[in-house]
Amino acid sequence: MGAAWLGAWPEEWAWPGEGAWLDTALSSLSVAPEGAGLSGSGRGVGRRGLRGSCSRRGCGTRGDGRLRGVNPWYQVSFGLSASHAVDANPEHPGAVPTPGPALAEGTRGGRWGLDAACGAASLRARSQRVDPAPRTAMEKMARVSTALGGNTLTGRTMFCHLDAPANAISVCRDAAQVVVAGRNIFKIYSIEEEQFVEKLNLRVGRKPSLNFSCADVVWHQMDENLLATAATNGVVVTWNLGKPSRNKQDQLFTEHKRTVNKVCFHPTEVYMLLSGSQDGYMKCFDLRKKDSVSTFSGQSESVRDVQFSIRDYFTFAATFENGNVQLWDIRRPDRYERMFTAHNGPVFCCDWHPEDRGWLATGGRDKMVKVWDMNTTRAKEIYCVQTIASVARVKWRPECKHHIATCSMMVDHNIYVWDVRRPFIPSAMFEEHKDVTTGIVWRHLHDPYFLLSGSKDSTLYQHIFKDASQPIDRANPEGLCYSLYGDLAFAAKESLISSDSNRKPYIGDRRHPIFFKRKLDPTEQFEYISSSSALSVFETDVESGSMDWFVHTAKQYALAGRPLAELCDHNAKVAKGLDRNQVAQTWTMLRIIYSSLGTVSSTNLNHSMGKGSTTLPLMNSFNLKDIPSGLGSESRLDRSKGESRTENILMDSSSTLINNEDNEETEGSDVPADYLLGDVEADEDDLYMMDHENPHAEEQEYSLPQEAFPLRHEIVDNPSALDHLQDKADSPHVSGNEAETVSLTPVESFSLISISHSLYENRLPSDFFNPIVRDTLLFYAEQGDVQTAVSVLIVLGDRIRKEIDEQTQEHWYTSYIDLLQRFQLWNISNEVIKLSTCRAINCLNQASTTLHINCSNCKRPMSNRGWICDRCRQCASMCAVCHHVVKGLFVWCQGCSHGGHLQHIMKWLETSSHCPAGCGHLCEYT
Amino acid sequence: MEEREGELRWDGLCSRDAATRAAALDNVGQAVLRRSRSVAPGRAAGGLPAAAARDGLSEALVRLLMLSKRCPFRDVRERSEAILSSVQELGIRIPRPLGHGPSRFIPEKETVQVGSEDAMMHALFADSFATLGRLDNVTLVMVFHPQYLESFLKTQHYLLQMDGPLPLHYRHYIGIMAAARHQCSYLVNLHVNDFLHVGGDPKWLNGLENAPQKLQNLGELNKMLAHRPWLITKEHIEQLLKTEENSWSLAELIHAVVLLTHYHSLASFTFGCGISPEIDCEGGHTFRPPSVSNYCLCDITNGYHGVDDIHASPAASIPTTESVCEVEALMEKMKQLQECRDEEEASQEEMATRFEREKRESMFVCSSEDEESAPTRDVSRHFEDTSYGYKDFSRHGMHVPTFRAQDYSWEDHGYSLVNRLYPDVGQLLDEKFHIAYNLTYNTMAMHKDVDTSMLRRAIWNYIHCMFGIRYDDYDYGEINQLLDRSFKVYIKTVVCTPEKTTKRMYDSFWRQFEHSEKGQTTLPPLPLLTTPSAPQVHVNLLLVEARMQAELLYALRAITRYMT
Repeated sequence: MGAAWLGAWPEEWAWPGEGAWLDTALSSLSVAPEGAGLSGSGRGVGRRGLRGSCSRRGCGTRGDGRLRGVNPWYQVSFGLSASHAVDANPEHPGAVPTPGPALAEGTRGGRWGLDAACGAASLRARSQRVDPAPRTAMEKMARVSTALGGNTLTGRTMFCHLDAPANAISVCRDAAQVVVAGRNIFKIYSIEEEQFVEKLNLRVGRKPSLNFSCADVVWHQMDENLLATAATNGVVVTWNLGKPSRNKQDQLFTEHKRTVNKVCFHPTEVYMLLSGSQDGYMKCFDLRKKDSVSTFSGQSESVRDVQFSIRDYFTFAATFENGNVQLWDIRRPDRYERMFTAHNGPVFCCDWHPEDRGWLATGGRDKMVKVWDMNTTRAKEIYCVQTIASVARVKWRPECKHHIATCSMMVDHNIYVWDVRRPFIPSAMFEEHKDVTTGIVWRHLHDPYFLLSGSKDSTLYQHIFKDASQPIDRANPEGLCYSLYGDLAFAAKESLISSDSNRKPYIGDRRHPIFFKRKLDPTEQFEYISSSSALSVFETDVESGSMDWFVHTAKQYALAGRPLAELCDHNAKVAKGLDRNQVAQTWTMLRIIYSSLGTVSSTNLNHSMGKGSTTLPLMNSFNLKDIPSGLGSESRLDRSKGESRTENILMDSSSTLINNEDNEETEGSDVPADYLLGDVEADEDDLYMMDHENPHAEEQEYSLPQEAFPLRHEIVDNPSALDHLQDKADSPHVSGNEAETVSLTPVESFSLISISHSLYENRLPSDFFNPIVRDTLLFYAEQGDVQTAVSVLIVLGDRIRKEIDEQTQEHWYTSYIDLLQRFQLWNISNEVIKLSTCRAINCLNQASTTLHINCSNCKRPMSNRGWICDRCRQCASMCAVCHHVVKGLFVWCQGCSHGGHLQHIMKWLETSSHCPAGCGHLCEYT
Repeated sequence: MEEREGELRWDGLCSRDAATRAAALDNVGQAVLRRSRSVAPGRAAGGLPAAAARDGLSEALVRLLMLSKRCPFRDVRERSEAILSSVQELGIRIPRPLGHGPSRFIPEKETVQVGSEDAMMHALFADSFATLGRLDNVTLVMVFHPQYLESFLKTQHYLLQMDGPLPLHYRHYIGIMAAARHQCSYLVNLHVNDFLHVGGDPKWLNGLENAPQKLQNLGELNKMLAHRPWLITKEHIEQLLKTEENSWSLAELIHAVVLLTHYHSLASFTFGCGISPEIDCEGGHTFRPPSVSNYCLCDITNGYHGVDDIHASPAASIPTTESVCEVEALMEKMKQLQECRDEEEASQEEMATRFEREKRESMFVCSSEDEESAPTRDVSRHFEDTSYGYKDFSRHGMHVPTFRAQDYSWEDHGYSLVNRLYPDVGQLLDEKFHIAYNLTYNTMAMHKDVDTSMLRRAIWNYIHCMFGIRYDDYDYGEINQLLDRSFKVYIKTVVCTPEKTTKRMYDSFWRQFEHSEKGQTTLPPLPLLTTPSAPQVHVNLLLVEARMQAELLYALRAITRYMT
């Protein structure tokens, strides 16, 4: 697209209404470059997009490295940290923390070590600022790693029934206890080897209060006695398990006016709690005080999630119902640090990456999971996973940099673990729940194999990674896709390919041979353990693969708007021009079969009736010419004479001898169309001639009764048609055309055509041929030439429609339209849609007929009325030459974005090379 | 016959292009005149054909009348009027509109006059006219809130005309079914015409039993949705989806449910604002020359006209001290509530009882006045079992568990389900709810910069409360403080038994708010609307949307349960 002038809105693609045209316009608009204040959306566009991704998925070429099994590096470092931690503990009991243990932990990985050290530093800094015991904190941190380092988690996939649906779950940092909260449940379970054991019911008191109705729950990651819940009535409650009484309720903050959606403890600060509520506020609480320390107003809508950053002590992220994500500094309650729109519709959840500290994952109602890199000044979307339902929770998988677990809010009950680099297929899937999963949490901060989940179906599950179902196993690892021009892409497991590679290329149908040659042998390989795949692309032979004929045919065929005979002739000529004789013959045949009934082609009729004085000589000469060459079929003629005599008497007495003979012969051969068919195909392939001969022989017996009745009707009907015919200049042309085709196949076919001509009109209604025409169409469709099938279907319309069942027709139509659209023949595909008689097809261009325009001045969407932008009160698309609004074809320069009426611009640029707007740009029109 | 169909082509009139419209009108004009001449009294063309022609003619004349009054395009209005008057010159009686403007409750001069609307309104009118071929009274009333109207029209257009799982005539028929539940003859008439226009079988209109079994199956759901949505269970959904050949698909069902709820709530709006019949529908026009008796009759029933110069919009002309006080009082209350909320915290039990009390009380709030509005068209034939009306839950001793809004909300759950099965509609509805809920101009009566959110929330939650939907985070005591009894009566009537709404009820609430304020809680800063007569449309919009959401929530919850 090097052309400087590009993009056009054709005049006739008028704005409102005209759904049919608009659809086309849309589709082509999407091809036009963006940035010119234009955006198109349409079904066509959407569908193509879809196909793109499907085929990608199908090919499986997106497969990429995924860590599976055990990562040796991790194991090694693990051991290290464990030993250090063990060492560290006795060495520094209660001492002011030194970087020692932190660094020891840090050996797990360069980056992690650094961050851990920083964590310790900041911890120390804080200890001077406030007071709390940093010592205990450090101790606990050390113990956490010990817990895991000493004895790795064990267990199995298991579940327990809760009494009520769960809304959220959270684990204790020791990975041995889990708390489940919901509207009617608030319990702590301990996770044993074989089962969950209920340890504590926190819902105490005679009358269940709304304060117990939890929307969210969180267990402090440093203090195992500390929990916080968010209640649906807007109360934030903290619980202290260390309390001796039965009621463990500690603090009650009733500051929010609406439901609190989320609570979050600071990862390193014991007493800091953050809440986000439906009322649009976030509040930070110090658990030692009665009231909130600070309040943050999002200035937009309800807060759905809040999460403290793991890297930055002071930063937290909040997600909103209107699709925004805000970053806040806890010290500055007056305004947010950053804000960006992450999703279309509510953002239900977010999660900071536990290792790669700048990453934030968000999930929204728009069914997307997005990963944002927050290190740059502008939040950058680095990964995007499309799920099948709105995303309720996201949780990064520990120790696996690219893995993230999600569950959905509606409809879909499964839990998925995605590798964000491979967004099309989940790498693991847990399918145990019977209702939507409401809470997921990894059992331990550093253990990637155990996942806990709570659900609306009132169960609590522990999932073990090795029991997960892996959709990849069920996915078809081979993919195959044809390009428009017959190229073939094939992706398969590397092993398969290598063993196959020396096999001879597949050679297709003899009649349409496609020779493949393999273009790139050692293609991209993916280090995907279970299946590394290779992609091969096969190119077709230049000549045989060329689809030019398709495009030309599609463009030149006439499908409606003229009498049937003319259409057939025209199309026959087109086909002939492209050396597709068989198709040409078919069209000719169709004309002969069907057009006699109605208006045109009375020549034959006249001829047999012997009335049409003008045409008679012509026909005679034609037939005369034909007799000598047709002699070859004499024998057959004789054979049938006896049978058909009686019928001939019914013929008009004035019919010539030649006619009689003609009639006889056809009667004898009795299914003329069969001959025709045989004929036509004989042009290209003798084989088909053979095929048709067989049924012909069988049919002979039935033919007589069929002939008998229609005969009279035809004769009665004919006179009315007669008058029309005589002034049709068309008929001579037709016969001429036939003569042409006929000359290709000398003797036999010639006579047959002419014979059938005169005959069936008198004898057979065109309905008679319907089954044959149907078979022809089926044959073409079967051959892969839906074009012919559909074109014939449209041209014949009702004549043939009922012969073919709706579904087949629909199938043909969709395939043809699909093909046309792939070739970007939007106009033609739309014409086909318009002409189709299938309901399902017809409504295709009624859909998505909206065209969205942005104002070229203020870049904002324009309402679809008029040409003046509502906001900036300017005409949107002015012609740079005549300064009028352009209401049709608008052509613009991609260099300076000035443009105008196509004609004006063309004229202008003939004489000048500068932009008509006077901007000084040297525009080019190509 | 064919010729007649050919010559009266109205579709060109909807074009935005003036030339196309002019050409179309010329055609229509010629045809009408030609036919008028043939039936003109001068010529005694007796017999049936004349009668038939007259029939077709009066239809055309009525349509022209409608165009002359309700077309956003000036040229069409003027030309139609010219045609009508030339027909009249031929000695043929031409129709004249009955009633007084788009609403019976709002004096005509206070509504937006076609032709005097501002640019934005005009654009909306033109839109509506181009897609529907008419400018209905609902649009004319809703246009007080153009922002909402835009979203409303977009949604309605999508539901009725754009691609969706149900065939067009089904959609209109479902609209008729829903409107008929509330005996809303206005909507029924409107959609009967549309239904026939898209090729619906006129036989179906004789009653639900003449419609296909598939639609009959929907009758039960319709009934429940309209009156007792809380009774819908997943079994009902199962029933619809599982009856072999007449079964519904999920997508179709969602479409149907959205249509049903849309028309139930639109019926509420129609009655709540006293929408008059369309000019071109039954009861919207008359061929009789204005006679004294006729005149008086409608004045009496409607209670104004002629007299309205004297008494209409009392608040506007004479803002009585009393009314000023009432506004002050209301604002004072809101302020108090805002402040004291932090101080005295009601106990949980207290909150729960408050909800229960409100729920219980809401059923005793009942209109004592039972003025029967007689439906003009025999609407009852579209549904059976007229006795099945809105029943208050506990009155019948049945225990209906409270629906917790937090467990199944539109934003989280309903939206996803609808959008999944009927793409884009979730988005459209979401927008519409949002606009209706957040519509405010931050004014109250003559006060500016008022945060009306509290009042809006009270109204919204009160309606949901009537349907048993409880928000954990709402103190239902607020409702009692903010909404007085007459207002509650109005809300309750409009939402539950809209057909019983009367002008008296409409007039009786919030008298303190200028006529204008009723509808709006506020006025857009348009000179046009500063005449203090905009209706209580705003309140009605809240009612409509809250009701629609409540019904939808119940239906969608049942569907979700069916799916899981």
